[in-house]
Amino acid sequence: MAVESRERPDRGQTPGQTPNETVDVRLDHVTKSFDDVVAVDDVSLEIPHGSFFALLGPSGCGKTTTLRMIGGFEEPTDGAIYLGEEPVTGRPPYKRDVNTVFQSYALFPHLSILENIAFGLRRRGVRGKEVRGRVLDILRLVGLEGLERRKPRQLSGGQQQRVALARALVNKPRVLLLDEPLGALDLKLRKQMQLELKAIQHDVGITFIHVTHDQEEAMTMADRIAVMNQGHVEQLGPPDELYERPASAFVAGFLGVSNLLSGVVEDPDGVRLADGTLVQAQVDGKRGPVAAGVRPEKITLGESGGQNRLPGTIAETAYIGVATQFVVDTPAGTVHVFAQNIDSGKRIPVPGSNVTLSWSPESTFVVERGEEMSE
Amino acid sequence: MTTAAETLARPARVGFASRAWRFVARHSLTVYALLAVAYLMLPIAIVILFSFNHPTGRFNYVWHKFTFDNWIHWNSVLGIQSALEKSLEIALLATFVATALGTLIALAIVRHRFVGRGATNVVVFLPMSTPEIVMGSSLLALFLNEQNTIQLGFWTIFIAHVMFIISFVVVTVKARLIGFDRHLEEAAMDLGANEWTTFQKVTLPLLAPAIIAAALLGFALSIDDFVITYLNAGPVQTFPIFVWGVARVAVPPQVNVVASAIFLVAIGLGLANVVWQYRAAKSTRGGT
Repeated sequence: MAVESRERPDRGQTPGQTPNETVDVRLDHVTKSFDDVVAVDDVSLEIPHGSFFALLGPSGCGKTTTLRMIGGFEEPTDGAIYLGEEPVTGRPPYKRDVNTVFQSYALFPHLSILENIAFGLRRRGVRGKEVRGRVLDILRLVGLEGLERRKPRQLSGGQQQRVALARALVNKPRVLLLDEPLGALDLKLRKQMQLELKAIQHDVGITFIHVTHDQEEAMTMADRIAVMNQGHVEQLGPPDELYERPASAFVAGFLGVSNLLSGVVEDPDGVRLADGTLVQAQVDGKRGPVAAGVRPEKITLGESGGQNRLPGTIAETAYIGVATQFVVDTPAGTVHVFAQNIDSGKRIPVPGSNVTLSWSPESTFVVERGEEMSE
Repeated sequence: MTTAAETLARPARVGFASRAWRFVARHSLTVYALLAVAYLMLPIAIVILFSFNHPTGRFNYVWHKFTFDNWIHWNSVLGIQSALEKSLEIALLATFVATALGTLIALAIVRHRFVGRGATNVVVFLPMSTPEIVMGSSLLALFLNEQNTIQLGFWTIFIAHVMFIISFVVVTVKARLIGFDRHLEEAAMDLGANEWTTFQKVTLPLLAPAIIAAALLGFALSIDDFVITYLNAGPVQTFPIFVWGVARVAVPPQVNVVASAIFLVAIGLGLANVVWQYRAAKSTRGGT
């Protein structure tokens, strides 16, 4: 399959904006409790048609439960779910125009690959030669032609994963649900499948909802990500927006590495840090105790990085080839810096040396102080 | 030269002792296993052998003459055919009903949380652990009542057999269900199958090996049951009861014929099952 040409998906062109006007899935104040545990707490979402949507979060955040409610395997305790304009709350899975790729693949062990994929078609009354034709077409799409007579046990993990995908896609559902579909694959295969899945989604144009705990996977594949934590949606947006402007300390910490410096909002554009330094940032109307955040790669050793400055002492350095990581002790807290090794001759500061850190106000974000923060 | 001869001779002598020891060590397990198999098989072999005997008197204890007559005229003994038919009828019917009920009970116990689930789990095991004589007599006490509304006979035997077969079915099917991936059923429903189609196309085929094993076990238990059956049979004669009756006088060789036939059918089914499993394993695990 030619995926190389699609390695750069065309996301980012329309950041923050829906790819299409029609909404495929809508969750309206959905809550799900198991006994006294609230798994999903008042979640409202709109998933536009044709998007690759990721539900991202740590285990137990409610992302899989949310997916299972869309699929019809769990019923919400409260709230409503719509597929397009149709309310589907209370409908069994076989009356919903969605298909699921399960984490365990859930291929029928007693049926051949052909019959596994044909299962959905036969339930829809497709008969005769058309079944075989459509199965063979979809097998070609996922790159498994010639394996239709095998049993699932005879296939490798990666091949089983593709069969599970084909079995769902062949029904041309309105929405495809993927529950950690790549979790069981090794790293190399996972990377390859991420790009393939993205390419397939691009080809078929079906809305994909993808549950994952792997932020890199979500960023690679999805054009919109909902970060979930403890049953809530913390933030929803395109990957670059989540990374550049995280809305909470949790999102900042979950997607990549962040330096979060405790402080208090002082004027409309500034945060006074614990040591008295004033950091310029877009405060967006927040008040009181906050944290000013900056990504490690946005900080420059020296004064050329921008108006925000912080003195410090280098505590540790780690040379990793493409870049050097520094841990810098500053009066406002420990700061991680990620400097690309562009100039070969450049001398790398050794631990113990005093440096000035600088970065621009544009790359500074302000979040409410979260429980995750140690300071 | 001499030293070389000595060194050659010595290992040969040591070699004999150790070779003998190695021979014993290697073959003692085989001998033991063969003896154990012989111990188990000898009585059956004798039963089969004497089904071909042409006894001189009433007693079929002494080998006299080889004949096929007993096999050809197997039903010439009064009552043997109807007893065998009765046994087969009860075994087939009881196995069918008990397998169906037992499978559903296993599904309920494994899949659902309900009041009395724990109790059901225990009660279902009771017939397996209760001595047959206790179960037989308590059933008899249940069936015998003042109004005499229940006539001992075919149906009381049937009820008793269903009761103890159910336990074995539940245990066998439950074991298979516990390792059952629920996502398979969810996947079927996800692909458009309603509850019944899902059961038919996914649940049942995957449970089939356990259900078939349970049914075979149940059939075997039913057809040779004596204690419980005898206590609740009333006037009905099943094959074991018939044998017990004639044994008080003299066992005709036709009993050996029927016993041998049952044994051969059982062996045949067992072999067929092995071949089928082997084929199934080959077709799924083979290839590349």
